[in-house]
Amino acid sequence: MAKVTSAEPMSFGRISTRRKAVNLAMTVLVYAAFAAALVPLIWLSATVISRGVDRFMVNGAGEHVFNIEFLQQSMRGIYGGATSGGILHAIWGTLLITGVATLISVPIGLLTAIYLVEYGKGKLKRAVTFFVDVMTGIPSIVAGLFAYALFAIVFGPGTKNAMTGAIALSVLMIPVVVRASEEMLRLVPNELREASYALGVPKYLTVLKVVVRTAIAGITTGVTLAIARVIGETAPLLIAVGVADSMNFNIFDGRMMTLPVYIVTEWQKGSAVCTDIANPACLPHITEYRAWGAALVLILVVMLLNLLARLISRYFSPKTGR
Amino acid sequence: MSQTDTRADESVQLTADRRAFVNHGFTALTTAAASLILVVLAAVATFLLTESWPAITNASGTLAEKVSWIKPEAGESLIQIIGFLVFGTILIATIALLIATPLSIGIALFISHYAPRKLAAGLGYLIDLLAAIPSVVYGLWGAIVLVPVLQPFYAWLGQTIGWIPLFAPDPLTGEVSPTGRVALSAGIVLAIMIIPIITAVSREVFLQTPKLHEEAALAMGATRWEMIRMAVFPFGRSGIIGATMLGLGRALGETMAVYMILSVGLGYSWNILQSSEHNTIASYIAGQFPEANQYGVSALIAMGLALFIITLLVNMLARWIVSRRSEFSGAN
Repeated sequence: MAKVTSAEPMSFGRISTRRKAVNLAMTVLVYAAFAAALVPLIWLSATVISRGVDRFMVNGAGEHVFNIEFLQQSMRGIYGGATSGGILHAIWGTLLITGVATLISVPIGLLTAIYLVEYGKGKLKRAVTFFVDVMTGIPSIVAGLFAYALFAIVFGPGTKNAMTGAIALSVLMIPVVVRASEEMLRLVPNELREASYALGVPKYLTVLKVVVRTAIAGITTGVTLAIARVIGETAPLLIAVGVADSMNFNIFDGRMMTLPVYIVTEWQKGSAVCTDIANPACLPHITEYRAWGAALVLILVVMLLNLLARLISRYFSPKTGR
Repeated sequence: MSQTDTRADESVQLTADRRAFVNHGFTALTTAAASLILVVLAAVATFLLTESWPAITNASGTLAEKVSWIKPEAGESLIQIIGFLVFGTILIATIALLIATPLSIGIALFISHYAPRKLAAGLGYLIDLLAAIPSVVYGLWGAIVLVPVLQPFYAWLGQTIGWIPLFAPDPLTGEVSPTGRVALSAGIVLAIMIIPIITAVSREVFLQTPKLHEEAALAMGATRWEMIRMAVFPFGRSGIIGATMLGLGRALGETMAVYMILSVGLGYSWNILQSSEHNTIASYIAGQFPEANQYGVSALIAMGLALFIITLLVNMLARWIVSRRSEFSGAN
């Protein structure tokens, strides 16, 4: 920096202007960053809603009236540009697979969280805490490959059924459940535990009837968010469950369709060929309509689960001073 | 009378025994559940290794005869393909990180230090919603809606700064990809997907900055930005690094968005505006798996194992950095 030779003393005003300008510029940038993040959110939501209703506005006869055939039909026997065909089989598949995954993940996840908060000590606790974090980062496709490999070894190569998918989703879901439950259990004040011990209640009953009872709203919220997270998983199901056109309620046998996989499958089909242009029951873009329709249903389900989670935590959690 | 007393005593004793038994049982149960986590992680590694073993041990031999897409004579043996894919995976994840990190830090600062207190939580929730959207919907939106909008921008980039190798147009046609299904598009969509995770972790770290440091900076006459530079960033540096690496872990393993957006190819190419030049491990597996035969599956699981190891290392490093910071903050 050159020596100030000017007769005028360096004015604080000028430095201050530069600092003010930098401060203002950074403020603008920070606001702009936030606004930029909202662009894809709004753009994507608007697209999914506006294009998702297309499929609901055309029925099997090709009439343009609002109908919910899309939610009532499977894809059995649907080919070409037929304006019928829906996601009933995919909805059932998603419910069954996600349901089984939840049944597997919640007990394991909750018990692990209880271990970490109430019982854990020493090396095992540190190892479990660390590896739960690491497990959160397992790529979903690797979870799918793991479930596939597990079933290939146990039941022979090429085994694909809903159970394989549920195992894959559990691998992704367990760490989320552990993290959420652990946080909630830690919030339970120690006074409650001590009061329970003072009454002579054994530890397991204290944990189950006092600690878990107090934290149950938060845990339910966490589980709901975990479900919302895995319900949109595509890659592991594509690998472990495959695709199907018909209804299948047997989780131990046969392939099963799920909503996310349905979206990819319809999108991959590309435009259909309609030889008879006059036929209203054939639309070249019907596959894209179906993909967007399924995306709309999937997003609505995920958002409802998120909303449900927030409502549970708002209305059922014990009031604290925080 | 005394007999009933003894009986009552006995039953009390029995109950106590049973309770002690159940108590021990419950402790064992929770410990078992916790250990199961470690078993599952070990099982993931073991089963992937077992199933990919035939491909790994036989990578140069008969595997090529059984799997149509392994072509050693065309320079595409299993090892070479994995090399191409690791390069593509890292390239696209890097693009995503370069876009997402500055944006996420800005968003986290906005929520922690700029937005009005009352709105901050709600605005944070809006960003979390980005994480709630399934990746397949991002893929659909990216492939059908976003990419056609980005293509003219790419064409402009190719014309104006095409002399930079990264943005170079195709030497044959002199133009960038007319479809826009290129590595940069995949990177942009991945960036949108990892913004929420980087934002969430950085936001937590920024909020933990000691209030006294911030107030001291402000009392010295610092502007808000100078306060952030002097008090918030030094405190949160390792948190930001950890958050970025968590985002990297997510970007490396993301499948569907890349699979649906990218026009795939194999090669070591830096031209992120040309299509059919890159692919990622996850997207390659998703593309080949449904059609693969027994040996193909084995080869694909070997790729999955490679991806698992890479993300495991990245995540362990990230968690280690973040946890080291929390030990520091305890001393603060």
